[in-house]
Amino acid sequence: MSKTDTTDTTDAPDASSAPGDEAAGADLSTAPKEETLGGPTLGVVGWVRWFWRQLTSMRVALILLFLLSLGAVPGSLIPQSSADEMKVADFKKAHEALTPLYEKLQLFDVYSSVWFSAIYILLFVSLIGCIVPRTWQFVGQLRGLPPGAPKRLTRLPAYTTWRTEAAPEEVHEAALAVLKGRRFRARTAGDAVAAEKGYLREAGNLLFHLALIVMLVAFAWGQLFKSEGGKLVVEGDGFSNTLTQYDDFKSGSQFAVDELEPFNFTLDSFTGTYEKSGPQRGTPRTFEAAVTYTQGDGADKKAVIRVNEPLKLGDSKVYLIAHGYAPVVTVKDRQGKVVFNGAVPLLPIDNNITSTGAIKVMDGYRDKNGDKEQLGFKAFFVPTFAGAGKGSMFSQFPALDFPVMALTGYHGSLRVDSGLPQNVYQLDTSKMTQFKVDGGTGVAQRMVPGETMTLPDGAGSITFEKDIKEWASFQVSQQPGNGLALSGAVAAIAGLTGSLFIQRRRIWVRAVRGEDGTTVVEMAGLGRSESAKLPEELADLAVALTAQAPQAPEPAEAEAEASEGVEK
Amino acid sequence: MILAAETNESLAQMSNTLVYSSMAVYTLAFLAHIAEWVFGSRSKVGRTAAALTQPAAAAAKVTVQVKGAGGTTVLDRPKVVTRAAAGARDVPDGPGAAGGTVKGDLYGRIAISLTVLAFALEAVGVVTRAISVQRAPWGNMYEFSTTFSTVAVGTYLGFLLAKKNVRWIGLPLVTTVLLDLGVATTWLYTESDQLVPALDSYWLWIHVSTAIFCGAVFYLGAVATLLYLFRDSYENKLANGGEPGSFARSVLERLPSAASLDKFSYRVNAAVFPLWTFTIIAGAIWAGDAWGRYWGWDAKEVWSFITWVGYAAYLHARATAGWKGRKAAYIALIAFGCFLFNYYGVNIFVSSKHSYAGV
Ligand code: HEM
Repeated sequence: MSKTDTTDTTDAPDASSAPGDEAAGADLSTAPKEETLGGPTLGVVGWVRWFWRQLTSMRVALILLFLLSLGAVPGSLIPQSSADEMKVADFKKAHEALTPLYEKLQLFDVYSSVWFSAIYILLFVSLIGCIVPRTWQFVGQLRGLPPGAPKRLTRLPAYTTWRTEAAPEEVHEAALAVLKGRRFRARTAGDAVAAEKGYLREAGNLLFHLALIVMLVAFAWGQLFKSEGGKLVVEGDGFSNTLTQYDDFKSGSQFAVDELEPFNFTLDSFTGTYEKSGPQRGTPRTFEAAVTYTQGDGADKKAVIRVNEPLKLGDSKVYLIAHGYAPVVTVKDRQGKVVFNGAVPLLPIDNNITSTGAIKVMDGYRDKNGDKEQLGFKAFFVPTFAGAGKGSMFSQFPALDFPVMALTGYHGSLRVDSGLPQNVYQLDTSKMTQFKVDGGTGVAQRMVPGETMTLPDGAGSITFEKDIKEWASFQVSQQPGNGLALSGAVAAIAGLTGSLFIQRRRIWVRAVRGEDGTTVVEMAGLGRSESAKLPEELADLAVALTAQAPQAPEPAEAEAEASEGVEK
Repeated sequence: MILAAETNESLAQMSNTLVYSSMAVYTLAFLAHIAEWVFGSRSKVGRTAAALTQPAAAAAKVTVQVKGAGGTTVLDRPKVVTRAAAGARDVPDGPGAAGGTVKGDLYGRIAISLTVLAFALEAVGVVTRAISVQRAPWGNMYEFSTTFSTVAVGTYLGFLLAKKNVRWIGLPLVTTVLLDLGVATTWLYTESDQLVPALDSYWLWIHVSTAIFCGAVFYLGAVATLLYLFRDSYENKLANGGEPGSFARSVLERLPSAASLDKFSYRVNAAVFPLWTFTIIAGAIWAGDAWGRYWGWDAKEVWSFITWVGYAAYLHARATAGWKGRKAAYIALIAFGCFLFNYYGVNIFVSSKHSYAGV
């Protein structure tokens, strides 16, 4: 396929050995020079310097990148407490033998563990240690001039030559004009023109690595100052953004409570629709929470919060997280006095919103002796009942097509004052007795809306009202640093694009008077990495240059020689 | 309402038929590629060995520049000599699967024509599926998989159209496309349907389309990387005076040189890396809208991150002395393995916020 390059038979594989050639490729990038792993020189300073040099070397950066990805793996396979405490608890129960080891290794908190932090902190120290000197070097390169031509241009990755009748000085001048016209930085050095272009590659690379640091800082900032709270709101109820109103609240260590954005909102209605038929029957189609909100002392405004569309209120965002049903019940005592009336939010336990929960009557109820007592009901609710005698009590569809609720009643003490935190969705029956008919079977009833269950011995009644409300739970997040993270991300992509798509390259044009009186023009190009574009660009430049330095008609023998040299 | 549903169902039906037809045509393309390789094995060129045993012969390769006005003024076109960078082995590319034989070449062309046909069928199948559900066709793994192979083949055909030397990728590509479609139609199949609300966002278009595109291009890069490793050991063996087996002599000899394969895989991997970075960032922005935090170390996020770091390590390795070549290639393959795991492994085995209806 390829014939011997007769002008250069001796130097085939090893092109960089000729004197003067090394400078040609020098400083084409600011990547640190690889040093051989020499031991440290004696003394503390020697050790520190050695350690620093290792840490900021490309090899160690590579190893740290490896460790970072390796270290991220266990967190995706083992449940993490930052994501789901319940799962962690389940896992601990199921793997009792492993748990102590895992805890010691911080495997339930991988991403905030000491070892994971160590890896990325080392990586970023290495990164800074790498960027700073590279930036200075790059500034130096911007101020400097492209290096002079190597002795033998034929050794470079792309090369072309022709003879012209124009004088060498004319060729040099034309070459300078052509190269500068194409935005090369060019100068004449000795018998050749040296030019360089594509500094943006290096700039892009530095920008990219800098942007990584910006993103890390933004991420850390967000972790320190963020706050995140959850609140369940029943239709018709409201929420105002103060700490006491939250069901649960987490914040970064630097967060101050007075930073909570002042606003409140009321959930006007929640709408959920579901696929009615087909294999995906029951799959949610829309979730919408219509709210009326007020910011500070402002006027009421209306908004709709959807799953992907949080409501933005100043620095806070209100997200729609979950929803469920809240049946309305009325509890009356033996005299028919209402002791409880309200919507009781129940927690879904499956995709068809089969729900469970507890109804607690704290005060106002007196038993037949007139003594204060508390009532509790275990509630089991399905929005779409399969029908009596048809299989289980579980819901068949998530919408309110055939709502049914089963209640079991208890009386006694709810133990709300026991000092232990109580789950509002669960009944602690340790100090309660179930209502029983004549001391026999327990009272439990399956009811449809509008139905009333009478408690035995004239103990009162509970009514499952026709109006069933829905609830929605919201997450209110405040995460500073988002804007910074986004700017970092945009800068990273821009820098990366520059770094990977721009080719930094050098072109040399040498023109010397040949023995026959014509001028021999040689052009060669060298890139940071091999690129198919370099020869093309070189040819383009050569075409442009031949306008000023046209090819001289070839003498017969010379032609044969030249074509042997460069053609196949 | 019912009428509309029926049209949609018939469209979905049509989409399935198209995907099955494309599988049939891909199978024919596969057979034609096999024929190409079989007939091509009759050529005995052995130019790699020649190039390696006579180093001088390898010094120069000639490219004739064709750019410029006119095109008839051949005399004015400079001839540019290119050569490998210092220290690199300079070996000519193999002749391709057809091995320079006329019959092999004929079958190769047939295979490509069939691939074009199958690609068209599959692409229309994906589009009809999208129309049948009136949304982006990326709601479940069946739809991801069909789009994925369509994009991979489309990219390959694009390279061919741009006159790049990529015909060698034909057989491995068609083979894996058949595998991908087989898995998609048997195990991952989901009836066409609406999106769950969590997926219903314009970020779906942005984030998922770029993710699929990146996957397809990373895949092409991985094929090239794998072939590079084989071809490189073949060349090493020859250079050290070894005697490669007859399979290597026949098959690997016809592949492009290790340097070309390496360059190809670097270029495609490097070219999509910024897009992959963008994909992750777009996903983070979407997560910020949907879940109230842009980064939460969810399994899918973790594996996207691992993949990203993997490819960053690959790019670094190529700039690190002692890590170029084979070691960098292994890193690239591991990075692609992470991508695959993120797709199949995380979707199927790991519970994640990214679990959608019907896998
Ligand atoms: C957070 C970790 C890092 C990431 C994700 C990262 C990513 C990247 C990427 C994707 C490139 C490819 C650009 C190209 O090929 O031109 C690159 C290039 C480079 N990186 Fe990093 N990097 C990281 C840390 C470091 C560190 C710690 C160093 C210092 C030793 C470093 C030094 C370099 C150098 C010198 C280049 C340019 C190589 C060349 O000129 O081809 N990087 N980096």
